[in-house]
Amino acid sequence: MKLLATIVIFVWGGILFFTSFDFPYWGDGKSPASQHVSPYYIEHAMEDTSVPNIVTAVLADYRGYDTLFETAVIFSAGLACFFLLRVSDRKAPVFRLYRHQSTGVTLRIEKGGRLPENTGEFERIDSVWVPYDLIIVMTCRLVVPFIQLFALYVIVHGHHSPGGGFQGGVIFGAAIILFAISNNLRRSLKRMSERTSALLGSLGVTIYGGTGMLCILLGAGFLNYNALASLPGVDPLTARSLGILIVEIGVGIAVTAVMVWIYYNLSSAGKQDEGL
Amino acid sequence: MESIESLIIAKYNYWAVIVLLMVGLYAMITKKNLVKKIIGMNIFQTAIILFYVSIGAKKGATIPIIMHGPDHSSHAVQAMDYINPLPHVLMLTAIVVSVATLGVALALALNIYSQYGTLEEDEISEKIMKSEPG
Repeated sequence: MKLLATIVIFVWGGILFFTSFDFPYWGDGKSPASQHVSPYYIEHAMEDTSVPNIVTAVLADYRGYDTLFETAVIFSAGLACFFLLRVSDRKAPVFRLYRHQSTGVTLRIEKGGRLPENTGEFERIDSVWVPYDLIIVMTCRLVVPFIQLFALYVIVHGHHSPGGGFQGGVIFGAAIILFAISNNLRRSLKRMSERTSALLGSLGVTIYGGTGMLCILLGAGFLNYNALASLPGVDPLTARSLGILIVEIGVGIAVTAVMVWIYYNLSSAGKQDEGL
Repeated sequence: MESIESLIIAKYNYWAVIVLLMVGLYAMITKKNLVKKIIGMNIFQTAIILFYVSIGAKKGATIPIIMHGPDHSSHAVQAMDYINPLPHVLMLTAIVVSVATLGVALALALNIYSQYGTLEEDEISEKIMKSEPG
């Protein structure tokens, strides 16, 4: 089996290797990939959309349908993880661990035992692995707000510098996941619950689709942002740029929420009680 | 016919991609462990992403952000001055989608583990055979 697979893969790799001789040289500006639509995008993006970052312009405007359904794919991946993993019956774990905040003493409470009152004196900790380290917690507390600020910058500044909804959304989601790793899952769920992340994920897709529908209502085609110029206070020159910004914000919200949602379900195997 | 060194320098991006594709496919075919299969799938996806991005490169060109003044005025834009933005756009969405598919794959693996108590393919099929006689 292994030998057969090795032979097949080497034959296949050899075929690919010989076809690579017919491929254009690296960095060749006249290669077929850089011919047909690509020069049009580069030469007309600025006057069509008034967005200097061509990647953003192509992503949200020229290929807006692609990105819309790409966002829908990400949201449905979040939904798939939810349906595959989420356990609806909350069986109580065999034992729970609580830490006394001021002394650091850990209590082990068996099933059926009396749980400490929710006064803030005791805090529940994970039974498998206890990631409590003051240095880690404090460092992440300092770092997380700046990561989130940077993520917002990447989203809203995607028109003029490398960035956009996908990248900023992933950074924002990573900041929340960092918080969940450095503290624990329950604290993170208190700040951004599963319901919130699911709602935000669908909100992001709705913002994208809703912008397209708004364009229809204003008398143009689906996702034709020129129609936004008939709204009060919108400059016709920057209507497309504004449409792209709204769409990118929607994508950012959806990606953030879905990343966090997938992490919640994967790290706790759907129980969302104890996890990484 | 140019010398072999210039050929290697001009085409090595494809060869690196081919090696990565072979590594990923080998892991997907031969490895019995499901997590290793998923890692192989990710190596394969990464190779495709590298292939697309390397196609977009142009010698002497800069990143695809048009240089412009504060009043959105720009010089006449030459397509040769900016690298091809299209592969970057395609791969931008592909990266995020690959993360999402990775999440779904890991969720399936978690479910299989909780059902059969193992991630080894042969042990799983053995257990399936036992539970379904005939």
